[in-house]
Amino acid sequence: MKILVCISHVPDTTSKINFTDGDTKFDTNGVQFVINPNDEFGLTRAMWFKEKQGAVVHVVNVGGPETEPTLRKALAIGADEAIRVNTPATDGFSVAKQLANVVKEGGYNLVIAGRESIDYNGGMMPGILAKLTGSNFVNTCIGLEVDGDKATVIREIDGGKETLKTSLPLVVGGQKGIVEESDLRIPNMRGIMQARTKPLTVKEPVDASAETATVSFEKPAPKGQVKLVDNVDQLIDLLHNEAKVI
Amino acid sequence: MSVLVYTESEEGVIKKIALEAVSYAKGIADQMGTSVTAISINANNTSELAKYGASKVLEVSDDKLNKFNGEAYADAIAQAAKNEDAKVIVLTSSANSKFLAPTLAVDLNAGFVPNVVALPERTSPFKVKHSVFTNKAFAHTEIKTEVKIVGLGKNTFGLKESETSMSNEAFSPNLDAHDFDMEIVSVDKATDQVTIADAEIVVSAGRGLKGPENWGMIEDLANTLGAATACSKPVSDMGWRPHSEHVGQTGKPVASNLYIAIGISGAIQHLAGINSSKVKVVINNDPEAPFFKAADYGIVGDAFEIVPQLNEKLKAFKAQNN
Ligand SMILES: Cc1cc2nc3c(=O)[nH]c(=O)nc-3n(C[C@H](O)[C@H](O)[C@H](O)COP(=O)(O)OP(=O)(O)OC[C@H]3O[C@@H](n4cnc5c(N)ncnc54)[C@H](O)[C@@H]3O)c2cc1C
Ligand SMILES: Nc1ncnc2c1ncn2[C@@H]1O[C@H](COP(=O)(O)O)[C@@H](O)[C@H]1O
Repeated sequence: MKILVCISHVPDTTSKINFTDGDTKFDTNGVQFVINPNDEFGLTRAMWFKEKQGAVVHVVNVGGPETEPTLRKALAIGADEAIRVNTPATDGFSVAKQLANVVKEGGYNLVIAGRESIDYNGGMMPGILAKLTGSNFVNTCIGLEVDGDKATVIREIDGGKETLKTSLPLVVGGQKGIVEESDLRIPNMRGIMQARTKPLTVKEPVDASAETATVSFEKPAPKGQVKLVDNVDQLIDLLHNEAKVI
Repeated sequence: MSVLVYTESEEGVIKKIALEAVSYAKGIADQMGTSVTAISINANNTSELAKYGASKVLEVSDDKLNKFNGEAYADAIAQAAKNEDAKVIVLTSSANSKFLAPTLAVDLNAGFVPNVVALPERTSPFKVKHSVFTNKAFAHTEIKTEVKIVGLGKNTFGLKESETSMSNEAFSPNLDAHDFDMEIVSVDKATDQVTIADAEIVVSAGRGLKGPENWGMIEDLANTLGAATACSKPVSDMGWRPHSEHVGQTGKPVASNLYIAIGISGAIQHLAGINSSKVKVVINNDPEAPFFKAADYGIVGDAFEIVPQLNEKLKAFKAQNN
């Protein structure tokens, strides 16, 4: 099995979100970038396939040179090789076009991506990639087993979950559940040392247009003061008469 | 030309988010000088769609589509979009819509923007406002393709009545074997519970509750309010509650009318996921808890005292007001 794990490089969850250049660009000043949490769960599941089923695991990012430390971290966690497609990520559709090319050239039969990246929350890349590569697709994936070219996948749905049987080639959009929080691995010294010498290939992009373009950003209006109440009667009264939600 | 809206149903009943999507589609259709066509799959009664502005409904009824199947559903909607020459397709932000959107985007060569919160500022060029950075900000994004897909964020637009005379048409898409490559082996779903996705009210609790044995009072309060239950991430990580209840930046988003947070500190990752709820109430014994800065109403006090009191008083309130 040859697995490609898609890694998006996103601001750490504690980041303050600000914009520059007249609210047209995300302000990266002081922002720490990390592996997108949904992708980290997927990468950890891929390590399990590597250790238990002898899978080869490559990681990929579409982005500029600034994303390489994030890819090195994925190598330190245990991926065998990394690929960076050297073009800025604009929208999910154009990223998927780049990755479709990587999937075809590399002959991967399982692609593990995340349900969504926590920056732009597009949630569209994996589904488009599946369609472009003629693969089966399962989103909000919380369980994945592979046996030969058959896969059993658990998908989270509103109010529960469903179990599906499908086959490779397959693209999943993963999230917490595909492995548990406690399964996540912090790279150790040995991993970090090894990661330095593992291959990180830079690939030039294919021609791919973006279908959407973000023109500007805006922050939510500042929040009013909280109203503190002393007892539940006051609370019920306010929720009924003022907020009108009960 | 028309605006096509996929109106989701559950067990044959059109969902409220679908009616919100129709209201929104009607808003776009008015801006563009055209009308709204809805497509429903195995819905029993679609008459309500007229109330929110649909002029036509394409009704698909096919036993093979009783369970959601992304490939087949997307194929049906894409065929409807082509037949209707739809230039805008409106979906919601449900798990199923999020499954369909990318497939449709490829089928129709369309740009897609999710989590949209308002009508387009203009339709030519077509520019919409949507939430990004898990509700920490908004972006204004232009869709450049001829066909456009928007995913409406839940509870952002509301229901807007616009009674229209509506025609019903049976629609039988051509589905091939490839549409059914994926076999659904089992569905495991609590049917007697309100889901976080559909709930108007969500009662959520955190590590302040000390242990799973103390969730009875949270469930009681949720029952009284007809609410869904939710929790913070550590609570699900420790196995006190199921993962499906974990809300926040790395869990589920909550866009309810009322969100009640009990014994939750209000970490940035938690707030990110619940920010788009309309009214937030916090119950916490630490007046310095960051949640108080993000809430509309708050009580500083011990959850173990306040929650049972709140439940009793709410029961009395409900009895009086119903
Ligand atoms: C990458 C990453 C992603 C994350 N994603 C999420 C996410 O999606 N969702 C999420 O929730 N968290 C997330 N977190 C975790 C987050 O940072 C916090 O650790 C978490 O939200 C805290 O949970 P809590 O409020 O239940 O617990 P605590 O922070 O321990 O807070 C408990 C609160 O209960 C109060 N309390 C104690 N006793 C009582 C009492 N008797 N009555 C009333 N109040 C009481 C305390 O004053 C305190 O404020 C994430 C963290 C990271 C690093
Ligand atoms: N620039 C990128 N490079 C590699 N993978 C990406 C990139 N952007 C998104 N992905 C993958 O696609 C998933 C969904 O992203 P998105 O559609 O942007 O929300 C992410 O969790 C990643 O696995």
